[in-house]
Formats: sequence, structure tokens, C-alpha cells
Amino acid sequence: MNTYQPSYQGTVTKYVFVESPHTTPDDLASLAYEISDRAMIKETCFGLQITGDEKDVADIIRQLRTRDPAHIFVKDRGFPPGDPRRCRANLGGARPGYFGHEFEMGIIKRISQGILNLDEREEGKVAKPPVIRPDTGIDVAQLATLMKKEVP
Amino acid sequence: MTKIFIYPTTSLILSDMVARFGHTPIGSALAIRERIQTAGIDSPPLQMTPEDAKKGLRWAAVEVPSGVRGRMSLYGPQLEEAEAAIIITDAEFAFGCMGCARTNELLVYLIKKKKIPILELRYPADEVEGNEFVAAIRDFLRDLGEEHD
Repeated sequence: MNTYQPSYQGTVTKYVFVESPHTTPDDLASLAYEISDRAMIKETCFGLQITGDEKDVADIIRQLRTRDPAHIFVKDRGFPPGDPRRCRANLGGARPGYFGHEFEMGIIKRISQGILNLDEREEGKVAKPPVIRPDTGIDVAQLATLMKKEVP
Repeated sequence: MTKIFIYPTTSLILSDMVARFGHTPIGSALAIRERIQTAGIDSPPLQMTPEDAKKGLRWAAVEVPSGVRGRMSLYGPQLEEAEAAIIITDAEFAFGCMGCARTNELLVYLIKKKKIPILELRYPADEVEGNEFVAAIRDFLRDLGEEHD
């Protein structure tokens, strides 16, 4: 077994996704480069990856969010950018976890719309979240009716 | 701020919603980060080690496959510190992007067994459901905040 020496120890990495008609990843990257002091910014096709001290990263994200609050989405990342164990430059093909992001980015517009509509929502209106209907099968009475129809 | 366990643990939408409404999302990235930033003798710390399968015994029985126990060594401690949970029930990408199907089933079972406030919902299929999806998460998190005040 080899000794493992981690890189970027003590840092956090966050993904910043943008799906907006007004803001592009390039806009966000320019803004992030302007306001980042010591953090590492990596521009990607979907937005940015920001690596650095937890407080610095939080400050940058807080300022980025003000640009387009309903269309910028942030999540933590375990690996730093370019890590050879995850980076597709080394592995080839889609990065592990890419398909999850791809799926959620497909429906993110509905979430953005939901965020935009929150302010107009009536105070006290109870939310009815979408839930999976239990698979109850066919109703017994309906089944009996069908059976009677089949039997002459 | 309440620690909210999110399922799927890799969900961008849930992670963002929880942080946006002022709470702390607990997902797999945090466990992975802690793991890869800890120096050790196992290299690279990408796969499960024999030690992880032993740690996982706290949440899964010995006859459960070691892959499930290994994954539970990441999720188990997070589950224990969680004060509430949001579960998306139709997240098919969780099989592959966050773990194996059996780990996911065990995880949902353990969340429900823990008797913490849980919000269960599915991904919105249209704009109207999107509005309700976001509002439900906001209301759930706001009520939690009031409980903790």
C-alpha cells in the first residue's frame, strides 16, 4: 500500500450551475475572477467550479447569486477540479455523476419558475407537492364488472 | 440552521434549495470530501477499504454485501447527525450516480425509521408542479426553522 497525501487539503469545492436566458457561464466566470481573491475558479460548460477556503467560497457564491438568483444553483463537490480520479481528461467518457446533473438540469427550468413565483404566492396557501401515487391496481368492483362483461 | 439529509444525496436541486432557504444540506459530497482530504495508507482513497465494510456493520448486518456496508460507512454517520430529511421518490439516477439500489433502499428505510421530519415528493413534471415543489420545500424548511427557534 502506498501512502496517500491529499491535495487541496482544508478547502471546499462548489459547483455553480447556471441555466438562464440572461446569464452565461462566461458572465459568471468573469464576475467570479473579479471578486475572487485566493479562490480557484474553473469555468465549465454549465457554470463554474470554485475551490478555496470555505469562507472565501461562500462569499463568492453569495455575490454570484445576486446576478441571477432564480437561475443559479449551487452544490458541494467532493473532489477538487481536475482530480485524476474523477476528471474525464484522464478517464474518458462522462464524469461519474454527470448523468445525475444532466437529468436535473433538464427540469431545472421548472424549479427556477417555482422560485420566481414564490413571491406572488398567497400567504398561507398550503403547498401540494407532487407525490407518487400508490400503485393500487385495478378496483375490485371494476374487475367484477369486466369479468361479467366477458362471461356471456 | 438545521441539518437536512437529502435523498438523492447527490441532488443539485435539493442541495441548492436547502442552502437557499437557510439550512445545511447533508449529501454525499461532504462525506467524499472528508474522505479524500484525509491522509492515509490506502491509495487512492476512491474505493471502499476493508475498514469501511467493518464500519458499515453499524447500519447493515454482516450478511449484507460489503459494497452496501462500505457505502453505509459514508452515509451512516451523516444520517445520524441529520435533523430532518427530504426524499425524492422517483430519482432513478440515484441508482448509479449515488450508489447501488440496495444501499438506496436501506438508506430510505433508515431515514424513515429515524423518526425525524421528512418531506417526500417527486420531481415536478410541469411548471405548476414546479411551483408546488419549490413552495413545499420552502414551507417545510420554514416550519423546521420555527421549531428550532
